[in-house]
Amino acid sequence: MSRAGCALVTGGSRGIGAAICRGLAADGWPVAVNYRSSAARAQEVVAAIEAAGGRAVPIEADVSDPQAAQPLLESASQALGEQVLVLVNNAGVRADNLALSLTDEDWKLVLDTNLGATYRLTRSALRAMIRARFGRIVNIASVVGPRANAGQANYAASKAAVIAFTKTVAVEVARRGVTANAVAPGLIETEMTEGIPEDLLGRVPARRPGTPEEVASAVVFLASPAAGYVTGSTLYVDGGLSA
Amino acid sequence: MAQHTSVQIEKVITDSLISFGANAEDINRDAELTALDIDSLDLAELSQIIEEQFGVELTGADVAEITTVGDAIDLVAERA
Repeated sequence: MSRAGCALVTGGSRGIGAAICRGLAADGWPVAVNYRSSAARAQEVVAAIEAAGGRAVPIEADVSDPQAAQPLLESASQALGEQVLVLVNNAGVRADNLALSLTDEDWKLVLDTNLGATYRLTRSALRAMIRARFGRIVNIASVVGPRANAGQANYAASKAAVIAFTKTVAVEVARRGVTANAVAPGLIETEMTEGIPEDLLGRVPARRPGTPEEVASAVVFLASPAAGYVTGSTLYVDGGLSA
Repeated sequence: MAQHTSVQIEKVITDSLISFGANAEDINRDAELTALDIDSLDLAELSQIIEEQFGVELTGADVAEITTVGDAIDLVAERA
């Protein structure tokens, strides 16, 4: 099934982002795979999508740069020949430490990337979406934020703010056919979650970590026309951790 | 810069207001935007349309000054 418009996934070269790119492409969206430094891995994602019959392009941009949002959206539109009508704000970083030991640099890095980039890209992408009377913003949050996690005060603050931002955007643009939702992954097997203590798994009712593909499935649904009446929500993909 | 007549500007603004749900018969220069049920999201989109059509960038402060349809037409005509 082909779609009108294209999708942009930030941080799409690996982990959850790569799975989201593959999932959206399989659902018919041409996909712009944004990456900051892993060009080779972004190219691998693109190659996998093309091998499966989809369309994708890699696009380099550091989304924590305040000037990056508009050029990134324009590059995606030009490369794919479609307006960006699905935006997945997935790029995220961690710089963990106890709150009393956090540096201002660690705070700024995490907030600028996880929250600042989400805000700037959403603001820019909404212009085309409200004119098209269709748009899908999907922001990748986390169970950390609504829940505490010692050592991640900056990350938790950024992800809780992403959820609050998502809800407000949702009500602002709902009547233009544009939805905004958050997906909150729990413990997912990726490079970013390496080093998380095994005993955390014991707290997950499903007793296993999730997969990037399970998170991607939630994003694909929220991006689809079928999810047109779902907006302002946070979909937890966490094996029951938040239940 | 291309010159745009008030008639052209009025047409674009009127068409936009209708597309936002305003009744065509209620639209005239003296009509207040709030009475036409035009809200801040509509005005944000109208600003985009004006920028695309006439190359006129309206700031939030500019938009806040607009009360009537005539205010909008005059503001754009002044800068186009």
